Amino acid sequence: MKSALGIVISREYLERVKRKSFIVSTIFVPLFMVVLMVAPALFMVLSEPESKVIAVIDDSGIVAPRLHGDNDMRFIVTGDESVDSARANSAYDAILVIGRDAVTKPGESITLYSHGSLTLMSESAIRDQITDAIEDVRLQDYNISNLRQILDEVKVDLSLNVIDMDKGDESATSSVVSYVLALAMDMMLYMFILIYGQMVMTSIIEEKSNRVLELVVSSVKPMQLMMGKIVGVGLVALTQILIWAVIIGACSAWLIPFVGGSSVADDPDVAMILTQLGNAGYFINLFVFMLLFFIGGYLLYSSIFAAIGSAVDNIQDASQLTTIATMPIIIGIVVSMSAIQNPSSTFAVWLSIIPFTSPMTMMVRLPFGVPVWELVVSLLVLYATIILFIWVCAKIYRVGIFLYGKKPTVTEIIRWVRYK
Amino acid sequence: MSDFILTAENITKDFSKHRALDNVSIAVPRGKVYGLLGPNGAGKTTLIRIINHITAPDSGVVVFDGHQLTADDIVNIGYLPEERGLYKKMKVGDQAVFFARLKGLSRKQAEGELRKWFEKLEISDWWNRKVEELSKGMAQKVQFIVTVLHRPKLLIFDEPFSGFDPINAGILKREILQLRDEGATIIFSTHNMASVEELCDEITLINKSHNILSGNVREIRERFSRNAYELQFVGAPSALENIEGAKVTLGEINSDGFASADIVLDSPDRVRDFIAQANQLVTIESFRRRLCSMDNIFVSAVEESDRLFNTVNQAL
Repeated sequence: MKSALGIVISREYLERVKRKSFIVSTIFVPLFMVVLMVAPALFMVLSEPESKVIAVIDDSGIVAPRLHGDNDMRFIVTGDESVDSARANSAYDAILVIGRDAVTKPGESITLYSHGSLTLMSESAIRDQITDAIEDVRLQDYNISNLRQILDEVKVDLSLNVIDMDKGDESATSSVVSYVLALAMDMMLYMFILIYGQMVMTSIIEEKSNRVLELVVSSVKPMQLMMGKIVGVGLVALTQILIWAVIIGACSAWLIPFVGGSSVADDPDVAMILTQLGNAGYFINLFVFMLLFFIGGYLLYSSIFAAIGSAVDNIQDASQLTTIATMPIIIGIVVSMSAIQNPSSTFAVWLSIIPFTSPMTMMVRLPFGVPVWELVVSLLVLYATIILFIWVCAKIYRVGIFLYGKKPTVTEIIRWVRYK
Repeated sequence: MSDFILTAENITKDFSKHRALDNVSIAVPRGKVYGLLGPNGAGKTTLIRIINHITAPDSGVVVFDGHQLTADDIVNIGYLPEERGLYKKMKVGDQAVFFARLKGLSRKQAEGELRKWFEKLEISDWWNRKVEELSKGMAQKVQFIVTVLHRPKLLIFDEPFSGFDPINAGILKREILQLRDEGATIIFSTHNMASVEELCDEITLINKSHNILSGNVREIRERFSRNAYELQFVGAPSALENIEGAKVTLGEINSDGFASADIVLDSPDRVRDFIAQANQLVTIESFRRRLCSMDNIFVSAVEESDRLFNTVNQAL
């Protein structure tokens, strides 16, 4: 005979994952996110570059010859055309006016007129060309041959290999990756606790108000029913995360090289991030702990939401109680945002031990590395609190599901815990 | 094997502001239909929840089938609560299987048994429909089926006929008696006293957290009907009121001049005397013993106990 808990969990799980709304949100949200991320880049890559015609009016006479056009841009040096007549000429996309003192005072004497707005890229391309041209002119004044070449050889392109000495392995970690990861996981945790925690609550309210609970509790202990719901809904959340991870991972693996091309991978920063992303050991370790805090945060808050759901008859009555319950979640998110700036501060350490804020704080600290003893203490405190809360909330639940009508006060709810 | 499938001894249960059950005892004989009666708020549901192991009593013992009630016994109990619902979005068949599995049946057993019951109660076509599409009566049938499916030794029905038309109520009554004949014991809680007369072998009446009346339905009705008679007659009814040794409650007089009266005599010896006297005053159509209805018994027992409680409360 399968245990009642298992049967309840499987009902809670299957009824939810079979729902259309779950399937739609699970598949389309990550696709939407990927599209949102890559669409601009994709658009730029795919759109045919339009060649811009730029009229150059060069009073200094030395900058214009050094500008060279390419596929995107063509420079036409107009000898004696005035600015006004050039502006009237619709053949030109832009007019570049270079003053007499361009080499000595470039900031004051160079102006670009354009129809509409030039793209950010072409504007910076023009600026780079002018800068190079002026530098070139100025260098020539020193009369050193091959100076350009010498400078190019001297140039250093550096990225720092940061190695965390507290960690056993000497793997390089990029703080950019850590930062992005910390932020993403924290937001994800926040979202899932709120969405799925409240899902536990609303579904208990629903069961209570349509009286199906009366029928169920004659075969299942209230404690099993509550845990079945929390675990079942939690598994739905994990399923969704897993599917999202697979979809986003697959899409990025397919799209990043396509969008970035090979030139991006040559950039040393990107190369290091890619190396780190390839460091499987680091990630497995990180995700195991993140998962532990993720599950912990969900269990803690969903048991509170379950107790609230059992105590009221409708969502309206629940709002005041949920505000009290969501407060620590929001506080946790806000303070974890400051912990992300300084992950090893005393403040951050304390917040990552207090069970109400520890899942959020640890989520941002973990990618930067956390000492083992802190991890152990934090997890012990968190899970001990969870056991206590589940016990207390189950007592509230057991009484609450049979009481209808008046909205109970917090004091009354606490009194229920002592009922036999 | 004990003659009683379930006994509850001296059950007391307190909630924060009131005592739901005060030293209540019941003994449910095996293989019988046992009525659990009482006004709203008397404590019936609390007692049923204690029997179902949903809540624990503050004091007192529940003995089920010869041993103290444990959580494991709930697979041998089927409970149809008064306020009952189903998961609206779930399919009827899936839902019935879910409840059956909670009672310990395997998926296959559950489906086999359920198909038979669905056939019997003529709801087979609804197996793959969502519960929210069902009419109230059909949903009630589904709830009834999942309550009895696992063939428990003890069945508890709380207002099982509410929401049923007379035809379906009749079908359900037949099924309940059939289950009893097959060996199940039934606790039946209702406010419909006509169905108590029809179905129950024994009853317990609870009022204000106390057990105020227990026993065999027939014996209780006999007891309340002692020296009670019914007289039908033609003539002036007021003439009857002065007969000595008889309490006469006049009923309605119809347009043909027929009238009826409930008579309670001081003793059975006075029957002949009463008939002789009445015969001189009116034309007697019929005179017979009257068996008190459960409805009357319920009202008079509750009213009497209310009076008693009030006196006790005032004395305190």
